[in-house]
Amino acid sequence: MENNSRRGFMGKAFGAVAAVGAIGSLFAMKKSWDPLPSVRSAGFTTLDMSTYEEGVMITEKWRGKPIFVLKKTAEMIKAEESDEAAKVRNIKIGNDNFMVAIGLCTHLGCIPAFRKEQNDFLCACHGGQFNASGNVTKVPPPRGFDIPPFKIDGNKLVLGEVGPEWQSMKDNGVTL
Amino acid sequence: MAHFTKATSVKDWLNQRLAIDKVEKVMMSEYWIPKNINFLWAMGMVLVITFALLVVSGIFLLMYYVPTVEEAFYSVNYTIMREVDFGWLWRHVHGVAASVVFLIIYIHMFTGIYYGSYKKGRELIWVSGMLLFVAFSAEAFSGYMLPWGQMSYWAGMVITNLFSGGSLHADGLVEWIRGDYVPAQAFLGRFFMLHVLLIPLAILGLIGLHFGALRIPHVNNQDGEEIDFDKEAKKYLAGDKAGSKVMRFANDFMSKDMMVVGIFLVFFFYLVFWNYGFAMDPVNFDPADGLKTPAHIYPEWYFLWSYEILRPFSVDIGLIAFAFAQVIFVLLPWLDRSPNAVPANRRGLFAIWFWVMLVNLIVLTAMGKLPPEGMFSQIGFVSAILFIVQWLLLPIITMFEKKV
Amino acid sequence: MKNKEPLILAVVVIFSLITYYLVEPYAHHVMHKHVESEHFAYADLPALTPGGDAARGQELVMGAGACTGCHSIEAAGVPAAMEPQMAAASYGVNPPDLSNAGVVYDERFLADLIKNPTHALKVEHKYTEESGKTHPMAQFFGAGGDIDLEAADMVAYLKSIAVKAEDLTPKMAYENACGRCHAMSYENWTQIGEKGSFKFKKDELAFNIKVLEYEDSLKAYMGKLPPDLSMYIRSRGEHFVSTFVENPQSQLEGTAMPRVGVTAEAAEKVIEHMKDAGDTKRDERESIGMNVMIYIVIFAIFALLWKKQVWRDLH
Repeated sequence: MENNSRRGFMGKAFGAVAAVGAIGSLFAMKKSWDPLPSVRSAGFTTLDMSTYEEGVMITEKWRGKPIFVLKKTAEMIKAEESDEAAKVRNIKIGNDNFMVAIGLCTHLGCIPAFRKEQNDFLCACHGGQFNASGNVTKVPPPRGFDIPPFKIDGNKLVLGEVGPEWQSMKDNGVTL
Repeated sequence: MAHFTKATSVKDWLNQRLAIDKVEKVMMSEYWIPKNINFLWAMGMVLVITFALLVVSGIFLLMYYVPTVEEAFYSVNYTIMREVDFGWLWRHVHGVAASVVFLIIYIHMFTGIYYGSYKKGRELIWVSGMLLFVAFSAEAFSGYMLPWGQMSYWAGMVITNLFSGGSLHADGLVEWIRGDYVPAQAFLGRFFMLHVLLIPLAILGLIGLHFGALRIPHVNNQDGEEIDFDKEAKKYLAGDKAGSKVMRFANDFMSKDMMVVGIFLVFFFYLVFWNYGFAMDPVNFDPADGLKTPAHIYPEWYFLWSYEILRPFSVDIGLIAFAFAQVIFVLLPWLDRSPNAVPANRRGLFAIWFWVMLVNLIVLTAMGKLPPEGMFSQIGFVSAILFIVQWLLLPIITMFEKKV
Repeated sequence: MKNKEPLILAVVVIFSLITYYLVEPYAHHVMHKHVESEHFAYADLPALTPGGDAARGQELVMGAGACTGCHSIEAAGVPAAMEPQMAAASYGVNPPDLSNAGVVYDERFLADLIKNPTHALKVEHKYTEESGKTHPMAQFFGAGGDIDLEAADMVAYLKSIAVKAEDLTPKMAYENACGRCHAMSYENWTQIGEKGSFKFKKDELAFNIKVLEYEDSLKAYMGKLPPDLSMYIRSRGEHFVSTFVENPQSQLEGTAMPRVGVTAEAAEKVIEHMKDAGDTKRDERESIGMNVMIYIVIFAIFALLWKKQVWRDLH
């Protein structure tokens, strides 16, 4: 019997060594699934904020996703004067206020359409609505548009880099 | 419907539905293997492991490879080799395993020939094994197309031209195979499909057949001994492990399989990291160019012997000789007229036949790579003739072989 | 019963090794001419006349030598007179900027090049009298003094403005020595310079057109378009590349490729750059290889021990 258990021990030891190898190769396999360096390095988009017109909603692209850029008009700014939730979402470049957000409905990821007359967004998929600041005005979306990480660089906006303005938005729960 | 009772354990639950105990006995613990065999009998397991390495590395290559003539070379040499983390490792493992698998196949095959493991009762093992060889050859060839380098392109050109049948001028057939006048997008697309789907499926099926064909006749042994497996198995199960002539496949022989696999992998990974050039031809690192043939083109080493049988003759005779070389090994169980399932060294003339065949194949292999000039050309010619003559002589010399 | 396994193993190993030897080292030895490296000595060229003076050289380069008529010298504030594709249209290839010529190229080679370009470049077979062609680089016939000393002066000047040898990066070495004829797409290099990223498709196309124009001129000048070298370190191997750079004629007689004339150090850097492009993961391969080997030897030892235990009862 003693002999048998010792044989079992060697078998188990061998199995353990083989398992270590299998786990090691899993590490390489995991790494092979990672986004490629070219994908990562392409993750930055610079927007020249001086080119946008007031009240005109422009869709840019960042990491394959639509980015809504809306330079606010005087009326819009007036309308949100008492709306703190809207004001904290503004991105100030010089004297201008911008709404910059990922243009995907936070419900299930469809792209809402901008309605110029109402100055708001309507998601055709499940009827969610957002105001000009990107906050939800009608469910089902659980929260306003997400704001992509950005860094202000003069009158340029670098999407994908984390600047202090974005960091404070994140810390205050304005965006995810 | 069968009667099911409340399961007492997971194993019992599975047992009632899948008979795993029975399967385990049939495939592993009561799959009896003779004791008088040597490490050459572990080549099957080495092949299984090598095939597994090919499948796993192939999966990761498949994720990034792009089967278009514009992108294929780039996706292999840039995306996989530079961008993908460990992409280079998958490619080197895949390339080296694809070459080494043939070395093991040849060792496995010549073990079978030497010990007469294709004789009565074991014909199907031999035939399924040879079909596996054909399937692996097709797999190797189609895979060689995929990087779309100079060797890929020109190998594709030359090998598909074989199907024109020489003077038959079956150019329509060649164009049908290629889907174009030259190897181009249609060709790459279909060979990609063959490489990643159809041929691997065929290989899996054939491996099943190969294993199945082995279960009833059992594996041969190195002494040509007739073993009463039922009697010896009883002896083993009664506790006389040392006295029995057989052992369990698992764990008894499996442990030896693993030992051989371990030694093989040391050799294999040395090649993967430090000596991969033989399996990844430098010429194929030049992108395919349909207007420029490389100075020297040659197949991978494992196809060289049959390539050399094609080369010394005029086109029609060459093709016939080539076709002969492709099918003749399959017919071995019937061309060998002797009933002796014993090692070649006890079979008189057959022993000479065996060693001459082995050496001659190596000579053909070498001449297949060397430029067909001068002496090399003549040696190749003589070797090719010898190969054919040897096979024609085989039924005669084995007919007169004494019974041992 | 005697254990036959060692004998069987020996037979298997010997037959495998013979096959390997015949199809790999031996066959390649027969197929490819072996060229020994001359260690970039350029022994066929005369030694530099001693006493070269950088100040006199500067006057010659900027003045009587007329170098700056075609060559830019950014380091000395002499900009290129025209864009690369325009220069190639005039000369066949863009004349190199001379800022770092003094560190990239060998001094003997430079001196000989100044006096007799086709000789130094080993392209005399292309510019025979029958061909009626002349090399785009004009010969320097001297400025009145000892021509050898004058050449040495100019070489001394070029050396004085070049970066230090240790500051020459592999990329710089490649771009100087090879990059005006050979693209290297995997490093974003084109013959007219690095291809950056473009926001607008139109700008990218405009750049590509310049490259194509350049390549057309180059094709006419060289007879065919010199190949992209991205994967050459794998398709040709280090030894071939090194000896080919040293003397193209030794590997490929009659080739239109001129002798490059790089120093041994610059050649090493060129090869380093080619490895960065075509064998990027070589260091990772080494280190991971070592780890895998250590593991697999342990695996084999445990398998052996397991086998020994299992088989103890079987005999």
